[in-house]
Amino acid sequence: MEMKEDQELYFYLKLTREFEDRVSKLHLQGKILGGVYSGKGQEAIVVGVCYGLQREDFICPIHRDMGAFLVKGVDPKRLMAQLFGKKTGLSKGKDSFLHAGDLERGIFGATSMLASTLPVAAGAALKFRMRKEPHVAIAFFGEGASSRGDFHETLNFAGIHKLPVIFVCENNFYAYSTPQNAQMAVEDVAIRAEGYGFKGAVCSGNDLHAVMRTAHAAIDRARHGEGPTLIECKTYRYHGHSEHDQPFYRPKEELIEWESRDPIQRFEIYLEKKGYNVDQMKAETEKQIKEIVDEAVQFAEESPYPEGKEAMEDLYANPF
Amino acid sequence: MPTTYIKAIRDAMFEEMKRDENVFILGEDVGILGGAFKATDGFLKEFGPERVIDTPIAESLIVGAAIGAAVLGMRPIAEIQFADFISCAYDQIINMAATLRYRHGGGAQVPMVIRGPSGAGVHGGLFHSQNPESYFLSVPGLKMVAPATAYDAKGLLKAAIRDDDPVLFFEHKYLYRRIQEELPEEDYIVPLGKAAVRREGSDMTFITYSSMLYPSLTAAERLEKEDGLRVEVIDLRSLRPLDWETLFGSVRKTNKVVIIHEDRRTGGIGGEIAARLAEECFDSLDGPIVRVASEDTHYAFSPPLEEFILPNVDKILAKARALAAY
Repeated sequence: MEMKEDQELYFYLKLTREFEDRVSKLHLQGKILGGVYSGKGQEAIVVGVCYGLQREDFICPIHRDMGAFLVKGVDPKRLMAQLFGKKTGLSKGKDSFLHAGDLERGIFGATSMLASTLPVAAGAALKFRMRKEPHVAIAFFGEGASSRGDFHETLNFAGIHKLPVIFVCENNFYAYSTPQNAQMAVEDVAIRAEGYGFKGAVCSGNDLHAVMRTAHAAIDRARHGEGPTLIECKTYRYHGHSEHDQPFYRPKEELIEWESRDPIQRFEIYLEKKGYNVDQMKAETEKQIKEIVDEAVQFAEESPYPEGKEAMEDLYANPF
Repeated sequence: MPTTYIKAIRDAMFEEMKRDENVFILGEDVGILGGAFKATDGFLKEFGPERVIDTPIAESLIVGAAIGAAVLGMRPIAEIQFADFISCAYDQIINMAATLRYRHGGGAQVPMVIRGPSGAGVHGGLFHSQNPESYFLSVPGLKMVAPATAYDAKGLLKAAIRDDDPVLFFEHKYLYRRIQEELPEEDYIVPLGKAAVRREGSDMTFITYSSMLYPSLTAAERLEKEDGLRVEVIDLRSLRPLDWETLFGSVRKTNKVVIIHEDRRTGGIGGEIAARLAEECFDSLDGPIVRVASEDTHYAFSPPLEEFILPNVDKILAKARALAAY
């Protein structure tokens, strides 16, 4: 069981990274248009939080959370087609990148207005509570989004009603170019939870096991009616805000330092210590993932674009 | 016993909550107080705090949480205490709710109603008198209704609650206790997207909605009596979808149009209606399409100011008589 779990976790970490690396490359080649937002370096957060969730658990990922879609079971082919703007993508070409969801898998599609999915997650949690369903809602967001009113309105409401919702802050220290000390006067976003009457927890977002321990304890509490938790995962994005962005505003040493805490390498060290043949595991996993990603790209490239007139579809249940 | 407009709204929600356990209400002061206008009076006792939720002062949260529950199959009614405050929830409405079905490729929906008491004429001042419909007119993915009668308030609200898309329900607070009528005992709905011809005529068409129906009807009666003009009065009821067929049919018959609404002139729905009528019915028109709307200023408080700003019977008569002369 534990071996299966180790292998699966490794697979999802690697799949997320390889998938995103390929997306970055395709963007450079001009095959993927529009904004591309890499979560490289932050993979352990979404993989750790989403691993083991039930299908009905409702997650609200943001633009850097490719791994959330993969762990929740979205077909990499459809995901790649989404990024290509193809008809076979999640939104059928209606929007780019991760502005799409898959409600059958409990994935809610975000907008670009950061923190705006937090009230939605609270509403989903409200539904679970009203219907006495043992599910949880999870909203992901960056530390940048924690400055918005939606963050505060939602934490306040979730605290009052002890909703089964988990707020996962991926603190990568920069809101685009703006460093944390220009965003807030506190060190930890997590302490804000106290002001709303529930627990905050800080963990390393680059340590998969730390994320899992913290998240699973919070999920467990939420499932048992013990209310919300704000989890802050400290992490770092290797790339710029988007692939267009050369992040000159960050000191070079900072990136080098964080690369030395790479979440995947860290997990490989763990695997090694547990006695796995990591070289072999790595080679096999990479081979398997390369096939999956190749297939996804091929599928996306061969898929048709929507017809222009499809821009008028999916506006209403019954068109008028 | 006749039912007031506000009671009709209350009854619609009460009956829908009885009929469908997925329907619930959230908003400011909807529970203990029973609503600032008593629209949910007695609901807390009947349905309990799980389904009648007093929220903090947090409009974005109110609408966002309604969206989250709605995508999972609930049918929330989000009350905005005064429609003016809907600005605080603007992002949730136009970005989150309106694009939701679209950005999920048709695989998700938001069966939600957002109610808000709108409109002037009650000395509400700048922030308790607005008609926010024009802020939402250009946003696809939303539906919008604005009833003028108690019958419609009840029937449209029921239809909105049962609808699978987000519906903005702007109820005019001037009408709350000023109008009443006998309503059917049995369950009924008024379908979204269908206008009502309130008065038939052949010389001129008045297109209006919400509280402006009443001065429009008064003006129409006076024009018949004093000028021998037979004016057709159309109550739009739904602003989106808009019942274009009824409008085209009437204009092709009467050849003259006055559009009357309490929303401001610039950017109000009257401009869109005028443009579309000009495109579709140009050959039928015997004069310019004219508008009577609130002046392009804020809804000022002092009585002479408010009177100056709002449309009234005399302003409608003046425009209609000038048009009749063509």
